[in-house]
Amino acid sequence: MERSPTQRLVAAIVGWSLALVMFFPIFWMILTAFKTEPQAIASPPVFFFEPTLRNFQVVLDRANYLHFFMNSVIVSVGSTLLALLVGLPAAYALAFYPGRRAKDLLVWMLSTKMMPAVGVLVPIYLMFKATGLLDSHIGLVVLYMLTNLPIVVWMLFTFFRDVPREILEAARLDGAKPLRQFLFLLLPLTAPGIASTALLSIILAWNEAFWSINLTVSNATPLTAFIASFSSPQGLFWAKLSAASLLAIGPILVFGWLTQRQLVRGLTFGAVK
Amino acid sequence: MATVSLSNIRKSYGALEVVKGVDLQIRDREFLVLVGPSGCGKTTLLRMIAGLETITAGDLLIDGRRVNDVEPDARGLAMVFQSYALYPHMTVAGNMGFALRMAGTPKAERDAKVKDAARILQLEPYLDRKPGQLSGGQRQRVAIGRAIVRSPKVFLFDEPLSNLDAALRMQMRIELARLHRELDATMIYVTHDQVEAMTLADRIVVVNGGRIEQIGAPMDIYLHPATTFVAGFIGAPKMNLLAGRLKQAGSAAAAVVLDDGTTLPIGRPVPLAENESVTLGIRPEALSVAADGPLAGRVTVVEHLGGETLTHVEIGSRRLVTVKTAETAPAGVDEQVRLRPDPARLHLFGPDGRAVAELPTSTKAA
Repeated sequence: MERSPTQRLVAAIVGWSLALVMFFPIFWMILTAFKTEPQAIASPPVFFFEPTLRNFQVVLDRANYLHFFMNSVIVSVGSTLLALLVGLPAAYALAFYPGRRAKDLLVWMLSTKMMPAVGVLVPIYLMFKATGLLDSHIGLVVLYMLTNLPIVVWMLFTFFRDVPREILEAARLDGAKPLRQFLFLLLPLTAPGIASTALLSIILAWNEAFWSINLTVSNATPLTAFIASFSSPQGLFWAKLSAASLLAIGPILVFGWLTQRQLVRGLTFGAVK
Repeated sequence: MATVSLSNIRKSYGALEVVKGVDLQIRDREFLVLVGPSGCGKTTLLRMIAGLETITAGDLLIDGRRVNDVEPDARGLAMVFQSYALYPHMTVAGNMGFALRMAGTPKAERDAKVKDAARILQLEPYLDRKPGQLSGGQRQRVAIGRAIVRSPKVFLFDEPLSNLDAALRMQMRIELARLHRELDATMIYVTHDQVEAMTLADRIVVVNGGRIEQIGAPMDIYLHPATTFVAGFIGAPKMNLLAGRLKQAGSAAAAVVLDDGTTLPIGRPVPLAENESVTLGIRPEALSVAADGPLAGRVTVVEHLGGETLTHVEIGSRRLVTVKTAETAPAGVDEQVRLRPDPARLHLFGPDGRAVAELPTSTKAA
């Protein structure tokens, strides 16, 4: 559909406005991270100031950043690998050998995401306590895997469903059993989709804060808990909090930016074909 | 190489039966074409032979061995799909050699077989390309090559030419015929295109509503259609089918009287009851314009196809018949004409739609 110049202009203005609104908090956080504490709470807010790295120095002195960073990596990558390990066969079965209730099953899986996490905090906490999973990597890995699994299965399912059936039938006639069909055909054919699913899962796990703050104390604390540790005890220190936040989201921001092409390609994989 | 035998093969999806008891013996090295309208069950039948659909009832034998429950790859078949179903991420050579790779054939032997098939199909320059870089006809050849490389006992084709344009389809048709001669293999071919069926088949199986309507050599089916369905389906343009009642059935003066009172003499006794409702079939080429012809009508459309001309004539109550003649049209649009059928080439079908035996033998006219 051809759009008139006015329509295009309006669309551009709306688009850019939304993008600015969404980006502003991040921009403000970055700005605040380089301010002194008085500048950070100044009213009216200061836009021009002499940037300082002092906040970062304090934050890094007070906590072992690398420890949190490594925990984040372990937990997000670990949970993603586990989610793929479970999600790939599940999506494969749902896409190629659907039972009568396959659709219901998919909707039910997604519906678990509609429940507020806090609703199951107490049972999960007790279960973690009973099994010794509190403050452990494996506990968070399993929990993140489970929370992201519905989305992972849904995404993989849609990618698998887009693979023409006849290709797999041809492979069947060519003597490829299901595992080989999966390895030789499905995996390479849906690689962009699987990659973007994995990226999304890593990002979601990296940014998860509710469970990590509630279920970890020191050993398995990821970067989200690192930020939280700067928020309460001594009152609010906006500049240090911003510096800590920037350090926490920095890696995933860079990661997301580097992989954004892959991410977008995967997410629109079926749509543009 | 191989025979395929189907006895009382049935397929149901829940309560819906789509293949309703098919008996068919496919001979060694035969080119058998299953033809029928879409949804008639021909593709389901082929997929059951391939092992891609389970067989609800009946026996499927390949070379005398029951294979109902044998995995597709163990049946010794290769299939060419309508959509080609090439592996898009593999090269042409990779596609063609995939089955051998799965079977653990050594690379040298694999390469030799792929090269061999590529030579037969003139695909040698494209072996390193991906399917996306090929034209429709080339992709089709790769799909056939993938089948050849496996040296199967039986080749299955599921409407392989339907995605090609008319010119290419004709060229591939000729190539397929050549390939059948060269490979000397049993081939089962599904199509809805009766031209493909006529030109390629040793024998045609006309399928309708999950049942076999008729089996026979192409010209046999063309000249002696067993039912009104076959009569209307095989042959382009379609056979003219005129409903009427039989008069003086027992005598040489037997005739069909159409609804509008037109009397068409048949010219020999017919073993049916007097006044029976029958259908008279006349091929377009068996009609000619004649001043004293029994059918009167008005020309509505004239189609010049170059080598032949189709004249559509409206007779009686809005009924169209088609007349096929060489280059020139026998009459112009809106002209009144009279038509005479060739009495030696009339087909008579009884009230059950089946051909009535002992009609003027059309073979003599052929």
